[in-house]
Amino acid sequence: MSVVVFAVLALLAVGSALGLVLKRNAIHGALFLVVNLGTVAALYLTLRAEFLAAAQVIVYAGAIMVLFVFAIMVLIPGKEETGPDPRRPYRLLAIPVGAGLLLELALIIGSRSGRAAAPPTTPPGGVEAIGRLLFTDYLFPFELTSVLLLAAMVGVLVLARRRAT
Amino acid sequence: MVPDIWYLALSALLFSIGVVGVIVRRNPLVIFMSIELMLNAVNLSFVAFGHRLGSPDGQALVFFVMAVAAAEVAVGLAIIVAIFRLRHRLSIDDLSVMRW
Repeated sequence: MSVVVFAVLALLAVGSALGLVLKRNAIHGALFLVVNLGTVAALYLTLRAEFLAAAQVIVYAGAIMVLFVFAIMVLIPGKEETGPDPRRPYRLLAIPVGAGLLLELALIIGSRSGRAAAPPTTPPGGVEAIGRLLFTDYLFPFELTSVLLLAAMVGVLVLARRRAT
Repeated sequence: MVPDIWYLALSALLFSIGVVGVIVRRNPLVIFMSIELMLNAVNLSFVAFGHRLGSPDGQALVFFVMAVAAAEVAVGLAIIVAIFRLRHRLSIDDLSVMRW
């Protein structure tokens, strides 16, 4: 049963990722990315990471994708990739590069899988365990994220300001 | 029970698709979305490793990746909007100079 769920989710994830890369229209790509983020959230659920599944939907599919769709609407692209590509031979290099990377990753995963012990059956713990970890072992990075988000906010305001010329 | 290695394989596949997207596409917005795809692939492998080791550390790291991704997207989109205001075009091939 769980194998079937995983297979369906994996197919959806790979298909939507390919759609993002192959579709010319940026807004279609954004919608494909939403599907991809949703399937990854569902995969988190199958891995018993309920907190991250919720955070994925709220932060990625909610906040970040809304930002992307707004930017696409404001900038009206879509006409930008229609003309002939002056650097097509260089861009086609991406296919061997991607295939080589995939092969390398597959070799790494394959070589590590043999000598791994059976996974422990203890569940990783829900929200409580993550919260405790964030406020003990990862307290300093956790506080740093607030500084990072504040800096990003101020930086965006400075960058997006219209210059009075 | 699905073996955790399948999750790693899926993560590797998604990451490679994201790399190809970053190289192939000309629209900076789509390149950004491909970067998000790569970040998500790595997050998936973090969660899979955490599940395999039975520790919540992987999930805590994914939490930090999400925070950094949010900041990165906000700043990146602001930069793209600023460039679009100056140039009125949006192609990654135009962005080959560091100043103008």
